Amino acid sequence: MAEAQNSPTLESTRAGGPPPLGSTTAGAVAVAAESTVATRMSAPPSFDVADFPVPHGREEEWRFTPLERLRGLHDGTAVATGDGVKVDVQAPEGVTVETVGRDDARIGKAGTPVDRVAAQAYSAFEKAGVITVPKETVLTEPIRIAVHGEGGVAYGHQVVELGAFAEAVVVIDHTGDAVLAANVDYILGDGAKLTVVSVQDWDDKAVHVGQHNALIGRDATFKSFVVTFGGDLVRLHPRVAYAGTGGEAELFGLYFTDAGQHQEHRLLVDHNTPHCKSNVMYKGALQGDDAHAVWIGDVLIEAKAEGTDTYEMNRNLVLTDGARVDSVPNLEIETGEIVGAGHASATGRFDDEQLFYLMARGIPADEARRLVVRGFFAELVQQIGVDDIEERLLVKINEELEATV
Amino acid sequence: MATLEIRDLRVTVEADNATKEILKGVDLTVKQGETHAIMGPNGSGKSTLAYSLAGHPKYTITGGTVTLDGEDVLEMSVDERARAGLFLAMQYPVEVPGVSVSNFLRTSATAIRGEAPKLRTWVKEVKEAMERLNMDPSFAERNVNEGFSGGEKKRHEILQLELLKPKVAILDETDSGLDVDALRIVSEGVNRVRETGEVGTLLITHYTRILRYIKPDHVHVFSGGRIVESGGAELADKLENEGYEAYTKGGASA
Repeated sequence: MAEAQNSPTLESTRAGGPPPLGSTTAGAVAVAAESTVATRMSAPPSFDVADFPVPHGREEEWRFTPLERLRGLHDGTAVATGDGVKVDVQAPEGVTVETVGRDDARIGKAGTPVDRVAAQAYSAFEKAGVITVPKETVLTEPIRIAVHGEGGVAYGHQVVELGAFAEAVVVIDHTGDAVLAANVDYILGDGAKLTVVSVQDWDDKAVHVGQHNALIGRDATFKSFVVTFGGDLVRLHPRVAYAGTGGEAELFGLYFTDAGQHQEHRLLVDHNTPHCKSNVMYKGALQGDDAHAVWIGDVLIEAKAEGTDTYEMNRNLVLTDGARVDSVPNLEIETGEIVGAGHASATGRFDDEQLFYLMARGIPADEARRLVVRGFFAELVQQIGVDDIEERLLVKINEELEATV
Repeated sequence: MATLEIRDLRVTVEADNATKEILKGVDLTVKQGETHAIMGPNGSGKSTLAYSLAGHPKYTITGGTVTLDGEDVLEMSVDERARAGLFLAMQYPVEVPGVSVSNFLRTSATAIRGEAPKLRTWVKEVKEAMERLNMDPSFAERNVNEGFSGGEKKRHEILQLELLKPKVAILDETDSGLDVDALRIVSEGVNRVRETGEVGTLLITHYTRILRYIKPDHVHVFSGGRIVESGGAELADKLENEGYEAYTKGGASA
């Protein structure tokens, strides 16, 4: 077994000009941990909302989030209105789509809520959706889950389970206006391959908080794209754990944070099993006053997880003054018997000098901005592999850019 | 024949909450096919002249005129100036993460030429231009100026000069920071463009070294924000031997 070849690294670079005021790019490698992924949380994971105190905002897991904009999801005052969201599932033949009660045994197997709002969602939903792809079923068309906000408050739970060696692509598309707390469980059987695209294309006022748990079976592959454009406040917890050796997770994210928006992605990859891989790459562009993006990337390599290979990266591109990024990669290593572990975070700025350089080569200002942002996101967009989603993203990126100029 | 005319150009810059006049009445005419060297000590305003002509927002024009073939350059935005035929090879080219060199060059050529170059001929054109500048083909896939060495940045500037074929090229200290080999390669690139006879060149430099490779028709000494002496190539030899002292110790008013 090789020693760690890549020692954990932290780079903090920026392109041209000073970093935007108020940006932080911090990172830490905890070895003999005083502050660990577990100890930083204000309560241990639980399905019961009563096990979590109402946050006041200074807790590590809440300190970046404007609680007053959660519309009561965090303190029990947000009551489901029955007209919160409309969910429509389109699934190819061979897939089972069910709506089940709270007592269904398949619910909650992939992970336990880690904060008050996730536990609130778990405690408050009435019916859960369960989508099952039988073993060895290989889908050629995506499963599409349309979640459309109808203006009310809603709590939800969705399970997606793939049997052994099944292969599927799932698109969860969030549109409209709602106050929504909903968790999603992805359960991958041995050798299964699941690609998930979760699009947060909400209207301006929407609030969306959720925890996405993936439990990856032996030799299974999980690929996730979290794409956040809309909403007043979006706070998602994509989390991964492994149920057997040889599992692979690729977690990709893309966000475009506009004036006044708060978009927060808090990831955890728990290497709890030997010989698993993870690769995390999140990229965000920000523009406008009080655009605020938060990225927390926790990777935990447990003592038993020998042979782990992991890398995580966050890149941000700040397009205008007044935007703020908080980016915190965190790698916690309990064994040195790993293949590799690393992380990186960088916040760059599209500044006047870059604009001048491109314009001095004849390129008009709006096209220069488009060139930079499309280039920045291209490597992620091209990997999605769902044509209509890729096209929609490119259109969306252009729309966002036109909104600024 | 393209002509750049600079008349009594005055430029200020804001620094430390004060307005400072940097250019104090510059007069210069650059015609297509001519090469003018502007030489001067540090802080004399040479780079300000270059960036003001290109339209950098940091500089405020307070007086004078600049025309290209009679068109008012000062009224144009930065990109309009470039499309009108002005090119500035920068002393400190800027990194543009996320944009590959090949994408950048093609976008730029499309803007300057008014239509997208035909892909097949374009690929060949870029490849050949890069070969002439001793640039590895992998260069095209890197992000603009990101992680480039000093020499690579300057070669990349000259690559653009060759591809964009401007009417007037301003080379701002293109020679600074280059070793002899890189200086030769870059100079050969500039000479290829000059030999077409279709570009007027304004070569801004602190050192006479580059003038061994690029022979100017006119040499101007720049000091205190204006041209204080003009002559032929022999003026560069004088500067080589005597330095700028005569111009910085009050000799400028002579």
